[in-house]
Amino acid sequence: MSIKKRVLFACGTGIATSTVVSHAVVEAMKERGIDIDPRQCKATEVRSELGGMDLIVSTTQLPSELPVPSIVTLAFLTGMGKAEALDKIEAALRA
Amino acid sequence: MTQRLFTQIDPGAIVLGVEAGDRETVIRLLADRLLSGGYVKDSFADAVIAREAAMPTGLPLGRAVNVAVPHTDPEHVLKPGIALATLATPVAFANMEDPDEAVEVGLVFLMALNDKDRQIEMLQQIMATIQDEAAVMGLMQAASLDDVAAILK
Repeated sequence: MSIKKRVLFACGTGIATSTVVSHAVVEAMKERGIDIDPRQCKATEVRSELGGMDLIVSTTQLPSELPVPSIVTLAFLTGMGKAEALDKIEAALRA
Repeated sequence: MTQRLFTQIDPGAIVLGVEAGDRETVIRLLADRLLSGGYVKDSFADAVIAREAAMPTGLPLGRAVNVAVPHTDPEHVLKPGIALATLATPVAFANMEDPDEAVEVGLVFLMALNDKDRQIEMLQQIMATIQDEAAVMGLMQAASLDDVAAILK
């Protein structure tokens, strides 16, 4: 039985790198039994978009002291540290 | 049917072995090519440069050559396109993840994007190219469009 989670994917423009990361994470988490409902936005708009979100995954710096757990990673763009990043995301979503 | 990345890059927007003093010079050079090709508005170059200063796009790859993927908001874009430059001498971009950290970049993909759902394949292909060390090294050594075409599958 898979669990359902809402994840906000952020990047500078909200249309480029967050799109790549969103697709990669949604696919990978499906294989790990987590069904993600993804949303996307600009990093600067995160605060107004995080209602109901379980996690924020961003490729760029986020505002400080957000009330939702967040992970900033380039792993899904550079390919470096992808497995570790997925482990961190899974752990955050199962917490 | 997946289109090859090469077919989505305007040949007029591929510049090899560029000597540029800084990232702004590279961005303006590539933005001019996209402007000539009808991909972007006049405002695109300035918008990319402003955005690069606030939200940089340098990607450290932990290898000899790092990559940057400058881009900006859809309002400056007329139709999706990519421009590509290889640099004879690397120039400093800031790290996407940490704007205070410089990344020496040798390969630049300037992206004109206006629809995230329709451009996901193109974005994924660019990232797959970046993640392929042999492809990046091949592009850096490319001397002609044929060389580039052979690498960008």
